Amino acid sequence: MVGIVGYGTHIPRYRIKVEEIAKVWGADAPSYKKGLNLNEKSVPAPDEDCATLAVNAARNAVRRAGIDPQDIGAVYVGSESHPYAVKPTGTIVSEALGACPYVHTADLEFACKAGTEGLFIALSLVKAGEVTYALAIGADTSQGAPGDALEYSAAAGAAAFITGSNNLLAELVDTHCYMTDTPDFWRREHAYYPEHGGRFTGEPAYEKHVHGATNAILKKTKMKPEDLDYVIFHQPNGKFPVNAAKKLGFKEPQYRHGLLAPTLGNTYSGSSPMGLAATLDEAKPGDLIMLVSYGSGSGSDAFIFRATERLQQVRDIVPRVRKQLDEHKIYVEYGTYAKFRRKILKPE
Amino acid sequence: MKVPRHWRETPRRYRMEAGKCKKCGSIHFPARLVCTECGTKEFETVRLSGKGELASYTVIRVAPTGFSDLAPYAIGIVKLDEGIRVMGQVADCDPETLKIGDRVTTQFRRINEEGKTGMIMYGYKFVPDLGL
Ligand SMILES: [Zn+2]
Repeated sequence: MVGIVGYGTHIPRYRIKVEEIAKVWGADAPSYKKGLNLNEKSVPAPDEDCATLAVNAARNAVRRAGIDPQDIGAVYVGSESHPYAVKPTGTIVSEALGACPYVHTADLEFACKAGTEGLFIALSLVKAGEVTYALAIGADTSQGAPGDALEYSAAAGAAAFITGSNNLLAELVDTHCYMTDTPDFWRREHAYYPEHGGRFTGEPAYEKHVHGATNAILKKTKMKPEDLDYVIFHQPNGKFPVNAAKKLGFKEPQYRHGLLAPTLGNTYSGSSPMGLAATLDEAKPGDLIMLVSYGSGSGSDAFIFRATERLQQVRDIVPRVRKQLDEHKIYVEYGTYAKFRRKILKPE
Repeated sequence: MKVPRHWRETPRRYRMEAGKCKKCGSIHFPARLVCTECGTKEFETVRLSGKGELASYTVIRVAPTGFSDLAPYAIGIVKLDEGIRVMGQVADCDPETLKIGDRVTTQFRRINEEGKTGMIMYGYKFVPDLGL
């Protein structure tokens, strides 16, 4: 049996409200808030990036796992905001954890699903017996173009999972993917901001893949929606995952704990993994948890985990997601946000 | 800061590795070749907790090159729980609200970068310990 032995998250303390962004662009805040189920989003501090978020989340995962970082045999960082175009984030993370030098690493990119792709690889390597523990991280500090709809949601955060085959806090029941070539969202090399296919991002992209992966794993495991205690869907905003859950036959108590987007925004590769972490913060032994990611381009990874007794013993070793999300927030105005995110043109 | 120097200091900056004297037990950060307490040359490598209390600080308003976007920011001397004093930036706070004796912890952060195309240097920074 393989599964998760430790998990951890990191959320920057800074936040910007939808009203603050809408004010600058003359947009209607209530329609964004209602239309996207989005109130505010996290903003990385000027000294935070994908690598720092990944390290701080991974350190929490190591504490919950209670393992020696030297026993981690593989590190995968999924992100679309790796700090270097060439030079791995994984080397920085491995060195900061003290996992070097006998450790495989590679950076993964697949829009918002690079984190769960890393989780699939990390689980599979342990299952194959290649490594004792593997670390998978989804971390992003993504940017939406100023004034674009994505600017209201593009946020920062990270979730890290250590996989193993003993001392599990959640066992992997099964996993399934659903992937096609769908051009709904992209960013070309050297382009600062991404471009997207507008309404094309909804039904043929998010919905088709999320539904495809969900239906495939339910069929494979012979389960029905009501068999699952918790479900987490990728959260590009607060609306898409709720619509997907309802259409697929899930109810509010099943998706409530994992739904972070209304006050977190979309943390891209960190999005659904952070929802899984928030759910692990609450689940009881034996509970079945389904995670379904979505990454533009496009694909979805579905996983079903079963919580174990050990989860309750280790969850409060480090702060829960809700604490990081809800407490000690620092609100910034658009000017500060623009400075933090380097949206202001300065002389060289 | 040059690339080779930063790379050499990685264990200290990334993991807060210190030298603990094998004879008298005193901790040196950065690690030393000779113990200033007892003269011994044998050390074991230990990782500092990064937790402690603010012993002193100053607010930088006119920052050196590469740090001006962060100003005003606080540079603090922190008395770690291990008993030694370590200097570092105190991030994620309004420097005007800091008080001597405040509990702080460390996080991994960007320290500096060599322009827009050069190396990015990472390391520890202190932040208020709010249990996050
Ligand atoms: Zn000594």
